[in-house]
Amino acid sequence: MKIRMSSGDRVLTAFVYLFLALLALSTFYPFWNALVVSLNKGMDTALGGVTVWPRSFTLENYEIVFQDKRIIHAFGVSVLRTIIGTASAILCTAIFAYGMTRSELMGRKFYMVACLITMYFSGGLIPSFLLIRELGLFDSFWVFIIPSLISVWNMIVFRTFFLGLPAGLDESAKIDGCGYWGTFFRIVLPLSGPVIATLSLFTAVAHWNDWFMPSIYINNENLIPIQTKLQQILNSNIMTEQMQQLDSAAQARLSAMKSITSKSLSMATMMVATLPIIMVYPFVQRYFVKGVLVGSVKG
Amino acid sequence: MAQLQTELNPAQRPKKKTVLTRFFGQWDLQLMVIPALLLIFVFSYIPMYGVITAFQDYNIFKGITGSPFVGWKHFERFFNDPNFTRVMRNTLVISGLKLAVGFPAPILLALLLNEVRNRFFKRIVQTVSYLPHFLSWVIVSGLAISILSTENGSLNMLLQSLNLIDEPLSWLSMPEYFWTILVTTGVWKEIGFGSIVYLAAIAGVDPSLYEAASMDGASRFKQIFLVTLPSIMPVVVIFFILAVGNLLSAGFEDILLLGKDPILRNVSDVLDTYVYRMGIESQRFSYATAVGLFKAIISVGLLTLANLFARRSGNSLW
Repeated sequence: MKIRMSSGDRVLTAFVYLFLALLALSTFYPFWNALVVSLNKGMDTALGGVTVWPRSFTLENYEIVFQDKRIIHAFGVSVLRTIIGTASAILCTAIFAYGMTRSELMGRKFYMVACLITMYFSGGLIPSFLLIRELGLFDSFWVFIIPSLISVWNMIVFRTFFLGLPAGLDESAKIDGCGYWGTFFRIVLPLSGPVIATLSLFTAVAHWNDWFMPSIYINNENLIPIQTKLQQILNSNIMTEQMQQLDSAAQARLSAMKSITSKSLSMATMMVATLPIIMVYPFVQRYFVKGVLVGSVKG
Repeated sequence: MAQLQTELNPAQRPKKKTVLTRFFGQWDLQLMVIPALLLIFVFSYIPMYGVITAFQDYNIFKGITGSPFVGWKHFERFFNDPNFTRVMRNTLVISGLKLAVGFPAPILLALLLNEVRNRFFKRIVQTVSYLPHFLSWVIVSGLAISILSTENGSLNMLLQSLNLIDEPLSWLSMPEYFWTILVTTGVWKEIGFGSIVYLAAIAGVDPSLYEAASMDGASRFKQIFLVTLPSIMPVVVIFFILAVGNLLSAGFEDILLLGKDPILRNVSDVLDTYVYRMGIESQRFSYATAVGLFKAIISVGLLTLANLFARRSGNSLW
């Protein structure tokens, strides 16, 4: 059946499409502009007027970034941290959540309340900072992994999912001689693909994007992840300061290439730090919509 | 049913084991949860205990156990500090603005997306608008700084071509625009992602309500206000309660990254950045903990209060 629209409805529809198109455009434009600037000669960009297409195309900004050992190293730290941090956190949280689904677990109610309290109260920034310091996690790679190993929120999402699995599975595994651990690894985990994918996505994004924790806990240049490195580069507006963030070989090349400015270099580094997210984004979209809804149903 | 169970249970377990033997009997199950609980204890409960540094003169070498207690000294200092009024004003104004603009924005987007019949268009708008949520504040602030910059900044170029300004302005060094910039970037980052929950709520609305409304002659515009909005109200209220509970969290990473210019201090200093500046940068640990604790207590109070009001209207968190 075709629904006829009144003239008022037609105005509404036109407004809706116009507004949404503007919104999409204003979200997309800053990325596109940053990409264009990163592909334009820095000196030329400084003249102004570079918006949607490079005027004086070049790859030299990226050359500097990719040849800089410190930026590449920071990128590697981020990759390592994201992979190890996500895999270990998801596994530990899933084991914890499975244990919490078993009704015969002694002290389950007490454990649950102890978990829920942490969702409403926290010690705050300074007590956590002092704790990390006293634990000797300062300037250690483990500061990225251990404190975020268990997430109460993810535990609850996992638990809800596990409770929705058919109860008969557990019983049949028990009859076949599986203990709790065997049941978890052989039966429960293989059935949890979707929820693992969703929670891994959010955990990995959080790991990749974290720049603040390293900025207060890490002094060792070799342990700085890419986001923190990028923040340092963006922070130093003046070219000479910015050059101090690069390695000596890159500094020498930079002085040779006169056309690069601090802005073009920042934009290229930014694109490199954004790339992994933009690349996986289209493939994981369906998972995160599910993930948000799982969360909101519980909340 | 409960009675039946109490009658059956003793028969099922004739030998009453002690709590300890039962506990060790399920050691493999306990082993699944205890390590995780230990981590929660260390990283959540020890810092909670650590707030007592707010009542001490914390000394790094003596630690929490050895530092002397000084009572409410740090709280009194904070309340009498000239920064107090400034920090409180900025916190309340910024989060108030964020609440006023940032809270309804995703609801509006969800309502508009719901009116779109063209699936392809809808998908594009959703894909693009969800993306910024997944980027770190470093990148978002970098994009904002680039757009607002005097060097090939798109905003300055646009305004110049419209003859609205003569010279490129350094927007991030002008205190009068800082709040606007902060709220805009916040909305820009989260509007799309925030709309997902509301879109799901809208999808759950009974279609027969729309049919009935259009039978009665309501236009689509009217249907938004008469059917859609009232139907998603419970979800809206819950998220509003949470937002009010967070009223003292005016933002942290965004303010830290966008408000770098010292000239902005007067409009950018909020509770969270103040805690960071005092605690981490100036190492005044006890003072900063006191400020953080003050914030936490007021926040719990606000959350309880908001929930109380919501319960009157029939939608509450607990």
